Amino acid sequence: MPKTVKHKFEIEHLQILDEDGNVDEKLEPKIADEDLKKIYETMVVSRVFDQKAVKMQRQGKLATFAPSTGEEAAMVASTFALRKQDWMVPSYRESPCFITRGVPLEAIYIYMKGSEEGSRGEPDAHNMPVSVPVGSQPLHAVGLGYAAKLRKKDEAALVFFGDGATSEGETLEAMNFSGAWKTPTIFLCRNNGWAISVPTTKQTAAESFAQKAIAFGIKGIQVDGNDVLAVYAATKEAIERGSKGKGATLIEAITYRMGMHTTADDPKKYRKEEEVEPWKEKDPIERFEKYLRKKKLLDDNYKEKVWAEAEEKVAAAAKKSEEFKAGHISEIFKYTFAEMPYIIKEQMDYAQKTWEEENNG
Amino acid sequence: MAEMNIVQAINNALELEMKNDESVVVLGEDVGVDGGVFRVTDGLIDKFGEERVIDSPLAEAGIVGTSVGMAINGLKPVAEMQFSGFIYPAMQEVISHAARIRNRTRGVLTCPLVVRLPYGGGIRALEHHSESMEAMFGHIQGIKTVVASNPYNAKGLLIAAIRDPDPVLYMEPKRMYRAMKQDIPDEAYTVPIGETNVVKQGDDITLVSWGAQMEVAQEAIESLGNVSVELIDVQTIYPLDYKPIVESVKKTGKCVILHEAARNFGPAGEIIALLNEHAFTSLEAPIKRVTGYNVPFPLALSENYYLPSAYRVAKAIKEVINY
Repeated sequence: MPKTVKHKFEIEHLQILDEDGNVDEKLEPKIADEDLKKIYETMVVSRVFDQKAVKMQRQGKLATFAPSTGEEAAMVASTFALRKQDWMVPSYRESPCFITRGVPLEAIYIYMKGSEEGSRGEPDAHNMPVSVPVGSQPLHAVGLGYAAKLRKKDEAALVFFGDGATSEGETLEAMNFSGAWKTPTIFLCRNNGWAISVPTTKQTAAESFAQKAIAFGIKGIQVDGNDVLAVYAATKEAIERGSKGKGATLIEAITYRMGMHTTADDPKKYRKEEEVEPWKEKDPIERFEKYLRKKKLLDDNYKEKVWAEAEEKVAAAAKKSEEFKAGHISEIFKYTFAEMPYIIKEQMDYAQKTWEEENNG
Repeated sequence: MAEMNIVQAINNALELEMKNDESVVVLGEDVGVDGGVFRVTDGLIDKFGEERVIDSPLAEAGIVGTSVGMAINGLKPVAEMQFSGFIYPAMQEVISHAARIRNRTRGVLTCPLVVRLPYGGGIRALEHHSESMEAMFGHIQGIKTVVASNPYNAKGLLIAAIRDPDPVLYMEPKRMYRAMKQDIPDEAYTVPIGETNVVKQGDDITLVSWGAQMEVAQEAIESLGNVSVELIDVQTIYPLDYKPIVESVKKTGKCVILHEAARNFGPAGEIIALLNEHAFTSLEAPIKRVTGYNVPFPLALSENYYLPSAYRVAKAIKEVINY
């Protein structure tokens, strides 16, 4: 008996806006002019916020920070495609996603400075807080979507993770669950080339991360992650699929981590500057500027204004965060449980008393 | 009132809470059509449908991780681990997320989920099926851990766990699943989480235990004849309600603590430390522990070497009394 081919698969790659700002008009998503400008402005604020954060960390004003420079299109354009009721489920690099969702800049700084107050969020904002353990949060997105479906609410969940997280069992479990349960989940894998010091070539033997979707029976697509239009279009389509009960999508957004993993490492130790150089040409903000300029939505005046306003906003937020101080010692005890058990109350009273003795004499 | 064993009491609690609250869902491996490997969820799928009684893919981290998302978005998931020894892949979701979501968001997001954990030895099971890991669970900040010991508190603690605004690990003494029956109320009732139960008053010595070992404790007391033992069922490992234990030891001056879990860094050590802090001057003899040994839980042929027995408990009680 000859062997037969049981299944054949293809993975699509989507680019709508090339590096020179040329657009494929057939694929160009319909985005209102105001929204295009909003995406641009959010990307600029994100970039300025990011660069300022690195400086602040160096000055001892933030604890540790994971920069997002170079990945703004992958983060902002995808989050922008969400509807208000959808969930944004970040890992720890997604400051631009919080910014897109309207979270105050100072809150992000305050969290990175070292206070849970910064990750409080708003009830019903449908933003999950930062999730630090790599690959542990995609499952939450599946659960959020399952709950929405059962409660007859049209809510999709967009979860972010990096290329490294695709090696984590929980990420793969999440994709499998989303397939089995047909949840409205969008897995956005930011393939930024590096997991701290480990390149993607050491992360997997697969030719793409998008193809991992195939094994789980969900849709997979690879997009140019520095192309705002491709990221937006793919995410929008994925939300629609989820919303119509057609299940989950894995989007691999090819981008590049221009900076360090976090402020605690030095990329010079593990990658050559020559590798970084070509990605500067692919900068997502510059590329989008070319597009906006061709559409007559951007001129030098507008551009200057956007960058100047971003500087102002970021400076004001940085100042607010610098003024922020740790709360009272009792704050660390208060949110462990809804109701404080007496065994914790006793510790809290003791902690308060000894802290005062020790510090106020 | 109806006479029920622990399996029936848990099943009854789930059914009542699922009727009472549409947001309660049950998920896990084989919990639907098969009714769970111990039949604890038997019949629920027929009553509530496969969207609320979910035969999930076979992945513990997946079950608990998706439960975290469900709980944040308005459901009350009751996840089943087939055996408590299989929860380890899911511990990241328990420790890093379920336990911390409230604190991380200053109470804006909460995670009211329950994980049911059939635990303990004595059923001649395979490797990994017999451990008692309450010390590990009790050490996690932001998680409540309860242990049922009889049909009455099995039902009441589970209903309390489902209604609790915080995540609860609910340990079921699988050896006792069908070993005893009690008349329990038909309606829903709660046994409050965070309340230690003084089961039997006594004057000579305090015996503290929980879960399947409560049965061993009773046997030991019976074998001792006229020793007046005050018997305490802890019920909630954490947040531990230690005051009734302290009050009891202040009265009796003597104490034995019995648990099936291995001794090292176990809950008995914690309770002794609390008695040291709060009842030191009342103690008339060193406190003794009767526990599992510091070895991997043995396979079936040797499990009785490991498990605490009424003989070992009675011997410890006599030693403390005759100190």
